[in-house]
Amino acid sequence: MTISAETRDQLRELAARYPKSRSALLPMLHLVQSVDDEVTSEGINVCAEILGITSAEVTAVATFYTMYKRKPVGKHHIGVCTNTLCGLLGGDAVYSALSERLGIGHNEPSADGQFWLEHIECQAACTHAPVMTVDWEYMDDVTPASAVAVVDRLARGEQVESTRGPVIRDFQATEHTLAFPLDGLVNDGVAVDAKMLVGLRLANERGMSAASIPAGDA
Amino acid sequence: MITTGLTPIITEHWDKPDLYTIEGYRRVGGYQGLATAMKMDPDAIIGQIKDSGLRGRGGAGFPTGMKWGFVPQNDGKPHYLVVNADESEPGACKDIPIMLANPHALVEGVIITSYAIRASHAFIYIRGEVPHAIRKVANAVAEARAAGLIGDNILGSGFSLDVVVHSGAGAYICGEETALLDSLEGYRGQPRLKPPFPAVAGLYASPTVINNVETIANIPYILDRGVPWFRQFGTEKSPGFKVFAISGHVVHPGIYEAPLGITMRELLEYAGGIRGGGEVKFWLPGGSSVPMLTAEHLDIPLTYEDMAAAGTMLGTGTPMLFDNTVSVVKAVTRWLDFYKHESCGKCTPCREGTYWITGVLEKFEHGRGTAAEVDTLVNLCSQIAGRSFCALGDAAATPYPAALKYFRAEFEAATSTSADEQFNPVASYVFAEAATR
Ligand SMILES: Cc1cc2nc3c(=O)[nH]c(=O)nc-3n(C[C@H](O)[C@H](O)[C@H](O)COP(=O)(O)O)c2cc1C
Ligand code: SF4
Ligand code: FES
Repeated sequence: MTISAETRDQLRELAARYPKSRSALLPMLHLVQSVDDEVTSEGINVCAEILGITSAEVTAVATFYTMYKRKPVGKHHIGVCTNTLCGLLGGDAVYSALSERLGIGHNEPSADGQFWLEHIECQAACTHAPVMTVDWEYMDDVTPASAVAVVDRLARGEQVESTRGPVIRDFQATEHTLAFPLDGLVNDGVAVDAKMLVGLRLANERGMSAASIPAGDA
Repeated sequence: MITTGLTPIITEHWDKPDLYTIEGYRRVGGYQGLATAMKMDPDAIIGQIKDSGLRGRGGAGFPTGMKWGFVPQNDGKPHYLVVNADESEPGACKDIPIMLANPHALVEGVIITSYAIRASHAFIYIRGEVPHAIRKVANAVAEARAAGLIGDNILGSGFSLDVVVHSGAGAYICGEETALLDSLEGYRGQPRLKPPFPAVAGLYASPTVINNVETIANIPYILDRGVPWFRQFGTEKSPGFKVFAISGHVVHPGIYEAPLGITMRELLEYAGGIRGGGEVKFWLPGGSSVPMLTAEHLDIPLTYEDMAAAGTMLGTGTPMLFDNTVSVVKAVTRWLDFYKHESCGKCTPCREGTYWITGVLEKFEHGRGTAAEVDTLVNLCSQIAGRSFCALGDAAATPYPAALKYFRAEFEAATSTSADEQFNPVASYVFAEAATR
C-alpha cells in the first residue's frame, strides 16, 4: 500500500507524456522504484491498471532490464564497472575491496539495508577508468582505497559529491530523477572535467583549431 | 610525426562553464544553424546533409542524408525522430560527454532534423544509468521550449515540435535501433525483423529516423557553416570531424576532437603515448564489437574506408588501447561475458552461442583449454556470425577470431597456464596502490 494517490497521479502524468501511453512504462517503473525501493507487485499492478495492459505484460518488461530490482535495494546502490577496460585497469580490485568491505557479493543488499553491490557493464566513462557509480552518479578514476573511503563516508552519513554530478542523495532519489529529470540539480557539481577537456586544452596550447586547417587538408 | 591537427568544433567551448545553458550556448553562436534551417525548405536541408557526406556516428557509418531521404513524404502519417543516446558499447564514451557538456548542440540538431524530416515528435532515448546527462538534456529541452524553439509554431514558421527525454533501464541491446523502438514503445527491448526499415515503419509503425547523439550534434554546425566548410575535414568517403574518446593505458586518456583520417599514432601522441614509455599490445578503433588491431596498424587513417580495408571498423571512434601487461585471453573472455549477459535471447545462435563461447573462453582463462578448442572455438564463432537475428550476435563472434589472428600463442599457452599466471593482473592496474597487493 505504498503507492499513494500522489504517485498514481505522477504515473498518469508520465503516461500522458507520450503519444501512446505504454511508451511511459520504463519511466513509470523507475518511479515505482523511487517510492518502493524495488519493483513491487503492487507497483506492477498499478502500472498495468493505468496503462490498460496485464500485470504479466508489465512483469515481462520489469524482468528484462537490469536497473529494475525485485528486492529492496537499500539506501545506496553501488556499481563497479568490471567490463574489460575498467576491470583490467583495476576495477576488479575495486570490486573485491568493496565486496570485502561490505560483506556482500554481486546484486546483494547489505544486512543493514545501507548498500547494494553490483558489478556493472560499461558506463560510457572508459576514459575515467576504473569507474564506480553511487546511486548511478559517476565516481570516476577510483582506486580500491578511494572506493572504500566513499562507502565509509556514506555509511557515516557524510556528504559525498559525484565526480561528474551532484552531491549523492540516495537510490530512490535517483530513480525519481529518471522519471522526472528536472530535479533542480542540473547546475550542481562538476559535469565537465579535465579528461573531457584534455584535447581542447592541448589544441589551445598549441594554437590548433578548426579554423587553422587549410582547405582540403587532413 | 604528427601532421593532422586537433579541431575542436563540437568540443570547442566545453571549457566555458555555462555552455550547457541556452544563454551560454547562444553566446558562442548556438541556434544560428536553426535560424538558417528554418528559412530553408525541408528537402533542401536533407539535400545539404546528403551533400555534406555526413555518416552516422553510432557505429555503422550509414550516410545520414540518405537515411533521412528514405522517409516517405506526404504520406499522411506522423513522422518521428528518435535519438539513440543509449551509449552502452564497451569502450564507447563520447555521447555521454557531449550531453554533459554541450546538450544544446544535440537539442538544436534535434529541432533541425525534425523540421527536415517533417517530424512533429522527437524522442531522446538516454540509457538510464547516466542521471546527470539526462538532467542536462532535459534542462536544455526545457530551456529551448521556454525560448520558443520547441513547441507550437517555432520561430513563426508554422512548424511545431514536441521533444521527450526518455530514460532507459539498463540493456545494451536497446542501442540496436529496432530494439530501441520496442523499448520506447514500452516492451522488452528485442530487435525487429527488417524490412520494413524504421524509415518506413518505425515507432508506432510510422516513418522514423534513428540517429546517434554525435550524428545529430553535427547537424547545427553543418547548417551554420556549410558543406564546403564541413568537407575540408576528413576524406572524400569520411568527411568531417570526430569526437574521439581515447581510453586505456595512455598517459592522458580523454576527449580529443580531430578530422577523420587522423591516425591512431597521431592521436596516441596527443594522448601522451602509452604509460611508462611502453608499447601498444592491441587496440580497438571503436568499441568491443570491432576487430582488434595491433601496433603495426597505428598508421592507418581512422576513416570508415581505411578501417574496413584493415579488416576492422571505425565503429564508435572511441579507441581503447592496451599495453603489454594485459592478457588478451582475459580481455576477450570479459567481453564475451558481456555479450552473454546482454544477449536478448530472441534467437538461438546468439543466446546459446554466447553461452558456449564464454564457457570455452573461461577454460582458457583458467589455463584449462585444450589445443583442439583453440580451433573449435573459431568454428563456433563462425556458426554465430551471419546467422544471428541482429548485429549483437555478429559482435559476440568477433573478439575471439580477431585476437587469435595476432595472439595465437597466448591462447595455446592458455591450455596449461592461466591468464593470471601469464600476466600478473596487478601490472595492468592504473593506480599505484596495486603494486603493494
Ligand atoms: C547491439 C547494438 C548496440 C548498439 N548501440 C548503439 C548505441 O548505444 N548508440 C548508437 O547510436 N547506436 C548503437 N547501435 C547502432 C544502431 O543500431 C544504429 O545503427 C544507430 O543508432 C544509427 O545512428 P547513426 O546512423 O546516426 O549512426 C547499436 C547497434 C547494435 C547492434
Ligand atoms: S543476435 Fe542476440 S541480441 Fe540479437 S536478436 Fe539474437 S539473441 Fe537477441
Ligand atoms: S569499460 Fe568501464 S566505463 Fe567503459
